[in-house]
Amino acid sequence: MVTKIVSNPPDTSNLGEIQAEVVHITEPLELLSGQRLLDHVLCVETYGQLNKNKSNAVLICHALTGSHHAAGWHAGDKKPGWWDSIIGPGKSIDTEQFFVVSPSNIGTCHGSTGPLSINPKTNSAWGPNFPKLHISDWTASQRMLMDHYKIKCWAAVVGGSLGGMQAMHWSVAYPSRLLSAIVIASAMKLSAQNIAFNEIARRAIKEDPDFLKGYYHENKKKPLKGLALARMIGHVTYLSDLSMAEKFGRELRNGDFLDEKSESVEFKIESYLNYQGDKFAYEFDANSYILLTKMLDYFDLALEYNNEPSTAFELASCKFLVLTFSSDWRFPPERSREITKALITAGRDVTHAEISSSQGHDAFLLPNSRYQKIFSTFLQRIASNVNY
Amino acid sequence: MEKILDSILPWIQSNSRVLDLACGDGSLLEKIQKVRQINGYGLEIDEKSIIECIGKGINVIEQDLDTGLSNFADNCFDSIIICEALQEMRHPNLLLSEMLRVGRECIITFPNFGHWSARCQLFFLGKMPVTRQLSYQWYETPNIHFFTYRDFKMLCEAQNIRILHYYCIAEAYPDVYLKKIFPNLFTQTAVFHLSL
Repeated sequence: MVTKIVSNPPDTSNLGEIQAEVVHITEPLELLSGQRLLDHVLCVETYGQLNKNKSNAVLICHALTGSHHAAGWHAGDKKPGWWDSIIGPGKSIDTEQFFVVSPSNIGTCHGSTGPLSINPKTNSAWGPNFPKLHISDWTASQRMLMDHYKIKCWAAVVGGSLGGMQAMHWSVAYPSRLLSAIVIASAMKLSAQNIAFNEIARRAIKEDPDFLKGYYHENKKKPLKGLALARMIGHVTYLSDLSMAEKFGRELRNGDFLDEKSESVEFKIESYLNYQGDKFAYEFDANSYILLTKMLDYFDLALEYNNEPSTAFELASCKFLVLTFSSDWRFPPERSREITKALITAGRDVTHAEISSSQGHDAFLLPNSRYQKIFSTFLQRIASNVNY
Repeated sequence: MEKILDSILPWIQSNSRVLDLACGDGSLLEKIQKVRQINGYGLEIDEKSIIECIGKGINVIEQDLDTGLSNFADNCFDSIIICEALQEMRHPNLLLSEMLRVGRECIITFPNFGHWSARCQLFFLGKMPVTRQLSYQWYETPNIHFFTYRDFKMLCEAQNIRILHYYCIAEAYPDVYLKKIFPNLFTQTAVFHLSL
């Protein structure tokens, strides 16, 4: 067994080694479900310096399986944070200008209060009994985190996919507390097809014999097979046909079609998906996955506004940047055009661009010169309006 | 640009909603915004121009005008502007009717192909005109529909479009004087203000 030691991260990231902090929020959080968290903790990473006026802060809203580790390196890791191509000195979200706040939200499984935390009433892990969550619970918790840093107004609230939903919700729920919202590869609500994929993933988890109705933790088990399968389904929908063809094609990992003795022929895409699924199953919590996919399904920005999204956006006052990627079929460009249409109808300031990419939904996480240029130009403009 | 701005400014109300089609680097919208407090948006397809708009803080939407304006509701803008770009569209007449559906009023400016210098080049030299307004060679021009001041007036009549105002821009002499008598011959850039 050869252990690969990566001691020096590549030069592309100058943030270097990052340590998360744990913020204890003592203000009770009333959840939309009617339940209440008396207190909760959030694992947070911050990058850059908060200025004297506390006006240069940017909130990062992570997506379904994201975490607080958005940029920089953790000791011993082979990969930087999930948005390291976007956040850092001189990058699109420039940490020399902005103070970037990146929390893991409640209900996740990376250290913030969630199904793996102890329920103070029962003194055992919440497990499947963790309260049902809505996007508004996340933004309410993030608003408390904002108060913790004594930030009055975010320069920008930024997110892709589920993160974009949070950014939109921020603009409507707390209009005076952000200057701009950057909504990337997102939608105002999921389509039936999207909900269908989430339900297949949930069923894969629930049908795993080790799931035990969510009480696997107490029984020292983990529904690894179900969770891996759920991730494999999700992963396919994050890529595009073209990006899979480019990356894997029909290349073989094992076996040979011409060798009659060869019993198993394995395509590269098969081994890749299996590897990704298994890796995810070890790292993620099944109850969290069910909780968060439900949260995605439930989100509907316009539901409280007579199903008229422009009525919702009339409450907003910030500037919007809406970005979408041509080959994204999970959150297709049409969904982003709907957001922009509603914003224009509401008379809000909005810039909209469709980035040409073959990378599918995952494109929002990957480097792309046009994407990064638009992102940084917009934020530079915001920075020029920030009172230093 | 200054002449065009001067001619269209009186037609744009303060606090109105303005959509600029093929807005380029956003400088026209920026200038209108300085004089009138408008809620303005630009549509553009060129990547470099979009970045320039963002840098200026202009609301810019990436959109191909040849796919129409179906994403905009009826009458959702007070004014829709298209400056020097109608001749680049695949279906100018369809776009014009879309503009009149989405906006209460439309402002159109275009290079007049009937200008005497263009006519002379075609008549005496037998070659496609290259003028200050039409500055491209035939093989590289983005202009795919050439039309004259008179052609445009006839289109408006045929489609029952009301011409609220029009303005003929001519900068050279003797065009400045003669444009009033023979507008189709001496107008370099025509500016029309239309509604249904």
